[in-house]
Amino acid sequence: MPAAPGRDRRGAPPADRPVTGVNTVQAGLLTAVTFGLLSALAALLIARPARSAVVGVGIAVCGAGALVAGVAAMVGQVASFAAPDLLPLSGVVFAIDPLGGAFLAVTGGVAVATGIYGVGYCRGGLDGRLVQCMLPLFVLAMMLVPAAASIGTFLLCWELMALTSLLLVLAEHRRRPEVASAGRWYAVMTHLGLVAILIGLLIFAANATDGTYAALRLAGQHLSPGLAALIFLVTLIGFASKAGIVPLHAWLPRAHPEAPSNVSALMSAAMVNLGVYGIVRVGFDLLGGGAAWWWLLVLALGALSAVYGILQAAIGTDLKRLLGHSTTENMGIVLVGVGAAGLFTASGDLTLAGLAMAAALLHIVNHAAFKTLLFQSAGSVVHATGRRDLDYLGGLHDGMPRTTAAFGIGALSASALPPGAAFVSEWLLLQALIHGLPAGVSATIVMPLAVAAVALTAGLAVATFVKAFGVGFLARPRSREAESAHESPPSMLAGMGLAAAACIGLALLPTLVLPTIGAVAGGVVGSGDPVTVTATTIALTDFAGSLSPLLLTVALVIGLVATLAAARALATRRAAREARLWDCGAGPLSARMEYTATSFAEPLQRVFDDVVQAEQDVDVTHHRESAYLVEAIEYHRRVPDRIERRLYEPVLAVMAVWGRVGRRLAPGSVHRYLGYGFYSLCALLILLVVTR
Amino acid sequence: MNAPSVYGTVGVVLQLLIVIGLSPLLIGMMRQLRARAEGRAGPGITQPWRDLRKLMRKQRTSPRGTSEVFRVAPLLLVATCLVVAAVAPFVTTASALDPVADLFAVVALLTLGTVALALAGLDTGTAFGGMGASRETTIIALVEPTMLVAIFALSVPVGSTNLAAIVTSGLDDPAQVFSPVSLLAAVALIVVIIAETGRLPVDNPSTHLELTMVHEAMVLEYSGPDLAMVELASAMRLTVFLGLLANLFVPWGIATSGSVPVIAIGVLAFVVKVAVLGAALAVGEVFLAKLRLFRVPELLAGSFVLGLLAVAASFFLA
Amino acid sequence: MLSLWRKIRAVGRVAEPAPPGPIDTSPPPAELTAEAIKELHGSVQIRHVDAGSCNGCEVEIASAFGPVYDAERYGARLVASPRHADALLVTGAVTLNMAEPLRRTYQAVPGPKLVVAVGDCARNCGVFSKAYGVAGAVGDIVPVDLEITGCPPRPDAIVEALRRLTGR
Repeated sequence: MPAAPGRDRRGAPPADRPVTGVNTVQAGLLTAVTFGLLSALAALLIARPARSAVVGVGIAVCGAGALVAGVAAMVGQVASFAAPDLLPLSGVVFAIDPLGGAFLAVTGGVAVATGIYGVGYCRGGLDGRLVQCMLPLFVLAMMLVPAAASIGTFLLCWELMALTSLLLVLAEHRRRPEVASAGRWYAVMTHLGLVAILIGLLIFAANATDGTYAALRLAGQHLSPGLAALIFLVTLIGFASKAGIVPLHAWLPRAHPEAPSNVSALMSAAMVNLGVYGIVRVGFDLLGGGAAWWWLLVLALGALSAVYGILQAAIGTDLKRLLGHSTTENMGIVLVGVGAAGLFTASGDLTLAGLAMAAALLHIVNHAAFKTLLFQSAGSVVHATGRRDLDYLGGLHDGMPRTTAAFGIGALSASALPPGAAFVSEWLLLQALIHGLPAGVSATIVMPLAVAAVALTAGLAVATFVKAFGVGFLARPRSREAESAHESPPSMLAGMGLAAAACIGLALLPTLVLPTIGAVAGGVVGSGDPVTVTATTIALTDFAGSLSPLLLTVALVIGLVATLAAARALATRRAAREARLWDCGAGPLSARMEYTATSFAEPLQRVFDDVVQAEQDVDVTHHRESAYLVEAIEYHRRVPDRIERRLYEPVLAVMAVWGRVGRRLAPGSVHRYLGYGFYSLCALLILLVVTR
Repeated sequence: MNAPSVYGTVGVVLQLLIVIGLSPLLIGMMRQLRARAEGRAGPGITQPWRDLRKLMRKQRTSPRGTSEVFRVAPLLLVATCLVVAAVAPFVTTASALDPVADLFAVVALLTLGTVALALAGLDTGTAFGGMGASRETTIIALVEPTMLVAIFALSVPVGSTNLAAIVTSGLDDPAQVFSPVSLLAAVALIVVIIAETGRLPVDNPSTHLELTMVHEAMVLEYSGPDLAMVELASAMRLTVFLGLLANLFVPWGIATSGSVPVIAIGVLAFVVKVAVLGAALAVGEVFLAKLRLFRVPELLAGSFVLGLLAVAASFFLA
Repeated sequence: MLSLWRKIRAVGRVAEPAPPGPIDTSPPPAELTAEAIKELHGSVQIRHVDAGSCNGCEVEIASAFGPVYDAERYGARLVASPRHADALLVTGAVTLNMAEPLRRTYQAVPGPKLVVAVGDCARNCGVFSKAYGVAGAVGDIVPVDLEITGCPPRPDAIVEALRRLTGR
């Protein structure tokens, strides 16, 4: 990992560096592209037993290349590549700047872990030609999106990413019918998003000399505020839907759980980030900041998504769906940071803006690490038990101790508790929000509410992951599948190990990555470094505030060891006795008496009933002989997505009505179709006559 | 921040000793006060120490089917309290460990302890363990916003969330302590602390009825030394929370410089403040009955509004 | 609230003055019991088990822990789980249905542990002796360390027995 020197190089103009030779960024990217394409090719050529291994390793190498290139770009190296004649408009243009480098590095890191994980995971069902070929292409597309430097290139890569991921989501459609429905939602929403981005960027390009970012940047300074706002809002719709932001999140909790788990990890840890990348790129870089209300909107959307996402996760019982909702939550937190950064930029507090942006970027990195790990462990559980429903899991610590440990590390990282990774980024975010209070009257209202939203999110995240880990992995198995669970193959464990190492590293030594991320964030908003970092301690630059995750953990470990030693020294020498669980003397407790995920979340569901509005019904079957004797009680609960119900179902209903109306136009008569053609031609000609 | 001095280290050690040594006495004093208010004689304030000593000598049981989580949770619970006791400014503001953690980190650490216990409750796989864990995490999730907003209100006038900074600024500017911001935030924090430490009206620490339990239900499976650690930790949690409350709002007496008499006064002031708060809490509890679990969110929502008002006040009255 | 405060002030202490400390008389506790009492040293957590009582003893136990007799002042305390307990306070003749739960409860208590049989039914089944639903006295099911006579025993008898356990 790069350390402090990066900061000195960032400001220097590119001309200072030797132009000859291949720099690290180019070399890394070249490796990534070469290996990405080679593994896609290999997927088509190599026979089944070795296929997933070759492709998996290829993806890992591709990811490593991207990671190196991204990190090199973050510390200040630049690289660009242009092929003007390859595409219409401005041709294919790639250029990597620190911001793009950050996202490239994250994608690369996720690809390394998932690539290795995929070697074992894809065996048995997922090693078909199509899936194995799409996997590296998807990874490659995600890497090229932040590297693109013109509208045409960007949209091409974006669409490639959407298509390949769609095919991957559908990989298991023969096994489960829900996959098809999830794929449909994903296909429609991702393409509507693409249309929105396309419209926005084309309006933008129409006001610039050509479609390259350089030209857009120049044009962005002279756009009228109304037009700039229009461009921002329209692209925001597209990017927010990619990031799974409420109310455009409907596809995410469907597609992410239904995809194979390595694809879920890639989508949840890497792809959604690119939505945030788009917002930052267009809002900060191309449009040059913009008005405060844009960012207020972003912040509000972020806060809403964070709370809504984690609430759904806290109540849900499907392990992978829960993780999908948690992705919405984390992207929400990131957008709170981005929105706050925009607000502070608009009000001129550049240091604060840098702090908020650094928090957002660090959270993206952290989220990528722990969400990769969590989806991989969830995949490992599905691999071993075939079940995703927490109500049927439990007791996995016996059969799969490594997966349990991995999920535990991921859950700790995700729940914003020290010593977890997310704690550091949320700490930075809260610091930015707290110090932002004097920024103005709107800030007085917004900042406390944002803090409260982040805090509620953190609290509910704790509940969510206590539930997921405690009910899913601890206690006793609630089904036969969970009872006979076995550990996953070594390659899957290796992938999980890599992701777990990243989580631990980010949690204990954020001081290694924070200078670089701070510099990138500072570069985006135009401030100096927002955080000062010593070997162990993070300190805010302009404000009093410091935190040392490493020392805190060391202190915790010392406390733990001291307690253990004291307990050993003081406690009795009596040998521990294994005892049966205390069952009130009534006979052995069965697994059916355990708390399930549903019952665990019931208090929360009741507290937030106004928001969640779960549908429950209880069926009591009485005994045939007496109405006083109960034979069976059945409890059903469904938690419909309320936003979806209010927002999507009316639209879908209207579409259905239109469809039925439209069907009358097509009765199957050729004469009628010819007539349509004739009349439209006439209408067109008349229109031409009238307008010209 | 002061460089880590000899006195800083002494302060850390003293704080640890005081919190470990006196927290069972605090519980004993509170039980004694309650007993007196009920017309009973009470077992004396050293009874919790007797209980702990006895528990340490008892046999350890490991319930069948539990994992490492169950065994590590009490240790972690104690460890989090120890770290907080070492880091927070209780006796002296010049703690050698001050830059390590701020108010957020302290709160998050205490939450970590609760989470460990909740996981242990789930790990046993008994119905009561799961029930306690579920209730406790629900309460934590709802407490968090109030807690952080109250911290927000406290840190705005100071411009920092570092504990020593907040305490020192209260010392420098006594008017700040009696401002509406402080009072509103104090009330919000008191409610939160009651919920976090499982006191009435949120949880009844002396209940015998499993169905009304929150904290107790999670620890039903612990015995002997493990139970001793859980009990000690919950006493330390109460002390630590009351100590934070005392020093954030009534900072006087805390040692700001390093000399023996000043630190002695700091120790004395801390003990007196925590004792007074504990006594107030114990007496207050006599008048309260436990709330239904689903009325607790209303209480917490009320304290959240107070926290928000405190933030608003901190801006408009600044 | 004020009226409650006034009442607390007006009533004051209702606990009777403590009678003189435990008198070591008949029957001498067994070797094991004495050792256990020494280890407990002034702190006894008690789990109460109703093994088939008529609830007469329960009423007396409740008043032994009430304000007037205040058994808690001697370091005895009722707890919610046998895992937390040092002593079982068993009442009633053990019915067939409660024999196994009583055994399980005894097993659930971590050592060193004591069993107190409260009342004549617990000691020797009392009037329920040889009744069809009775499995036996407490001593037939689990080892008993201390017996309290009476049907039901007076609260001060219970308190005195508890004081022998706590040694205070």
